[in-house]
Amino acid sequence: MGPILIHSDASTWINLLTGFLIGIGFGFALEQAGFSSSRKLAGMFYGYDTTVLKVFFTAAIVAMIGSQLLKFFGLIDMDLVFVNHYYPYAAITGGVIMGAGFVMGGFCPGTGISAFSIGKMDALVFLIGGFVGAFLFAETFPLIQKLYMAGYKGPVKLSESLGVSDGVFIFLVIIVALVMFWLAEKAEVKFKRPDITSEL
Amino acid sequence: MGSLIHIQKFLQLTIINLLVIRKPYMNPYMAGVILGVVLLAAMFLSGRGLGASGGLKYCVVSIVGAVDADHVAQSPYYSKYFEDSGKPLKNWLVFEILGMVVGGFISGALSGRLGFKVEKPAHVSNRRRLLFAFLGGILFVYGAQLARGCTSGAALSGMAVLSVAGFVTMIAIFGSAYLFAWFFRKNWI
Repeated sequence: MGPILIHSDASTWINLLTGFLIGIGFGFALEQAGFSSSRKLAGMFYGYDTTVLKVFFTAAIVAMIGSQLLKFFGLIDMDLVFVNHYYPYAAITGGVIMGAGFVMGGFCPGTGISAFSIGKMDALVFLIGGFVGAFLFAETFPLIQKLYMAGYKGPVKLSESLGVSDGVFIFLVIIVALVMFWLAEKAEVKFKRPDITSEL
Repeated sequence: MGSLIHIQKFLQLTIINLLVIRKPYMNPYMAGVILGVVLLAAMFLSGRGLGASGGLKYCVVSIVGAVDADHVAQSPYYSKYFEDSGKPLKNWLVFEILGMVVGGFISGALSGRLGFKVEKPAHVSNRRRLLFAFLGGILFVYGAQLARGCTSGAALSGMAVLSVAGFVTMIAIFGSAYLFAWFFRKNWI
């Protein structure tokens, strides 16, 4: 029963090897999607390429449905799967800073690693900036600690706070995603930039 | 003899076809399904989601620890990463991002997309592109430490487990990027 490595008390090295293998799949999927191209990613914010939205929501929905099916058939104990802890102020402030970094740098950390892996030098410089960012956070931590911890709500699920079952909630996410996919396809026509997309 | 030459030619053509001829990207919905299955595998095997900024953080913590051990011992932020094994690099996320480099390289090789390049529109100078890449990297990973995860660990993996944190972080990242997009439009379009 899953999560297999938590249930079986696997050795540290087996767990690390699993991380490495998962990483290979992760890096492969990101590169195949075209996330190794900053101009393709930036298309999301100017409308000419909405691959980011399509890949992101398809992946989230597949994982949501998959985990529900595994749970339904008794194959996974979802109580042992990490649920992100909600610190509202840190999540929003951090998210806003990330958004600015996204549109300036053209990457997020995962896509930066993906682009670096095929030789993109702008991605290497982005990742070096990323190291500096992590260093600055560590050094300024005493100053920002209050914001970092403020308003802690615990590992809350959105389905719980809306008072619906996980299944109903996932169904709603799928509907919203389908509407967004439809809008994304429209946007790609309306904001099309064949001069850019032909070079990607 | 003749058939050997044929086999050699066939192999040459196959290698050229794989490594040199550039192939189109995968259909985004198909790539999304693969990414979703990888994420599900992380949940099923290790009980966790995917991540990227966390792995970078452990590398930085490790470097700082090697350069200035006293500073690390005195700082409540750094010292917690040396408590368990004393080796911050011996971490699931670090091995995962190493795997990402390998997986991305394999994908790039099979699709004829390997090559050193600074990617940018023709009207943007290399210097400008790299400066903004550097600044963007600083901001993104700083924000990711604050929000306890980036697009992978907080937004994507957080949404997959239906966490409020995941949805809020996702909306904050993309909402903010749309707001800032206007200011940096000349870098991209």
